[in-house]
Amino acid sequence: MKRRTPFFLSLLIAALIVVGVLLASFFSITVSSLPALKKFGLDFFLGKQWDPPAKVFGALPFLIGTLITSFLALLFSLPFSLSISILLGEYLKKGRLASLLKSLVDLIAAVPSVIYGFWGLQVLVPWMREFEMKIGVSPYGVGILTASFILSVMIIPNTASIAREVLELVPADLKEAAYSLGATRYEVIKRVSIPYAKSGILAGVLLSLGRALGETMAVTMVIGNSNVIPRDIFSPANTMASVIANEFTEATGNLYYSSLIAIGFFLFLITAVFSILGRHIIKRSSLK
Amino acid sequence: MKRLLSLIIAISLAGLATAGKARELTGAGATFPYPLYSKWFDIYHNETGIKVNYQAIGSGGGIRQLLNKTVDFGGTDAFMSEEELTKSPENPILHFPTCIGAVVITYNLPGSPALKLTPEVISSIFLGKIRKWDHPDIKRTNPGIELPSLPIVVVHRSDGSGTTFVFSDYLSKVSPEWRDKVGRGKSLRWPVGLGAKGNPGVAALVKQIKGAIGYVELAYAEKNSLPYASIRNRAGNFIKPTLKSISLAADVPLPPDTRVSITDTKSPQGYPIASFTWIIFYKEQNYKNRSYERAKEMLQLFWWMIHQAQQYNESLLYGRLPQTAVRTAEKILKSATYRGKPILR
Repeated sequence: MKRRTPFFLSLLIAALIVVGVLLASFFSITVSSLPALKKFGLDFFLGKQWDPPAKVFGALPFLIGTLITSFLALLFSLPFSLSISILLGEYLKKGRLASLLKSLVDLIAAVPSVIYGFWGLQVLVPWMREFEMKIGVSPYGVGILTASFILSVMIIPNTASIAREVLELVPADLKEAAYSLGATRYEVIKRVSIPYAKSGILAGVLLSLGRALGETMAVTMVIGNSNVIPRDIFSPANTMASVIANEFTEATGNLYYSSLIAIGFFLFLITAVFSILGRHIIKRSSLK
Repeated sequence: MKRLLSLIIAISLAGLATAGKARELTGAGATFPYPLYSKWFDIYHNETGIKVNYQAIGSGGGIRQLLNKTVDFGGTDAFMSEEELTKSPENPILHFPTCIGAVVITYNLPGSPALKLTPEVISSIFLGKIRKWDHPDIKRTNPGIELPSLPIVVVHRSDGSGTTFVFSDYLSKVSPEWRDKVGRGKSLRWPVGLGAKGNPGVAALVKQIKGAIGYVELAYAEKNSLPYASIRNRAGNFIKPTLKSISLAADVPLPPDTRVSITDTKSPQGYPIASFTWIIFYKEQNYKNRSYERAKEMLQLFWWMIHQAQQYNESLLYGRLPQTAVRTAEKILKSATYRGKPILR
């Protein structure tokens, strides 16, 4: 092979090390989670009790907490992320305002999540508390709804930037053809650009869902950390990532330790599926 | 660039070389005594030249690292259970106490009154059975204090912690219902309330929510001027948590291995939610190629910790070991061996 230069080999080795680290960590997580999965079986995912002193570990409350916060966050963020992507992909393609907007949106993704958590705790939580007092639910301030709001801000750039890129990929001749038939700009966006970029936008949504599922720090700070199944969206809850962050350092006893790792294993699988699915859709749509 | 790289390598190699020569001990574990330990080890370094590197990674981590033999000693806020001790059957693990900490009940009420609480009231609040501040049971022990008709919002630790262990250990002793429904542990299945991370997290939520009640370490409450309650102890006295009253809580006969909970103490002037924190190490120090010198240095450090170092406890808001505890700890340290022979004489 001609490509076997030292440079090529060093690149290959670096790449293989990265893959090796991923596989090795997946392997060790799998092995360490086996004791819990063996002991509880399917009940590990369906069990409602998470009771460390009694050594009963059921992860359903965290599964529910994770899914509700992530999907609510997605729901809250979609109107904004889609608007930004259409604005930047269709209307403001060039110019100072466009580049300013673009870099500001990207900045949202670059802010460390602990900052969002901090802001949430100091600013959003007191607001939520007042709001909750007005509508007459328990005025905790922290809880599922607060966590979802914070998460929705954090995932806006993920959807927005991918959706913008796929919108920019819509062929100009398709759009011009529509214009020549007398379509307005709004009609072109609605009937040509969005249908064409649909799968790419979906991919962006899936990727941001992956981010929301795994987000730990900010969520832990504002979700209220209660290990029971939430009654409503104002209730405190816990997510898979936040329970690991909370309890891992002091988890003594094999079964407890293993149960936390098993949650990590499951979280790893879920986020991997969403991420692979998202990338697969992007690949397919850009080949079209 | 290349020159910079070689410089970095040279410096780090030099660092390694001196680290090999310098006398250094490593420990890991409990975060609660960390401020005290870092002060102690700093003073010890100045006095003897021996550097002690203690990583506050949590009690669970300290136990794991000692079992994996990656540290010289561990620190833990909850003594190791029988089950955990069986993980080292050939070389027993010893405990000795270093200081005393306490858990206080803090709250957010108008005017921050000094409340008096009974064990029954505390357990009922944390079980979710008393839900309002003007409940007759709270009023009864607090005549003269105007208690508002506010709902009680319970705040607890979300992270696994020795503080939670001590608090739940206390509640399990004073309330059979708590013992059966919730039990003791570093993380619990809380019947009610919100979770927050660390003492600062609990304190922040309690400060924000009117009518909130939570538990934090005494040292943290004191440093941040949080209000806290006097609690009725077993002798029937309402005891305010102070460095004196938590030290008195430990002034009871101890078992030879010091693995004992001192919550709900029999000591008449002792504060009932106090606990030792421990250092753990192997009885036989000849393992994994450890040198005799290293073992001896470590035991001498431990001896210093239970004697001279105790004078620094109170300035950092940790309780001093009472004499009975020091005597028991001395015996434990003297029982440590190297190839079967005692190290300290």
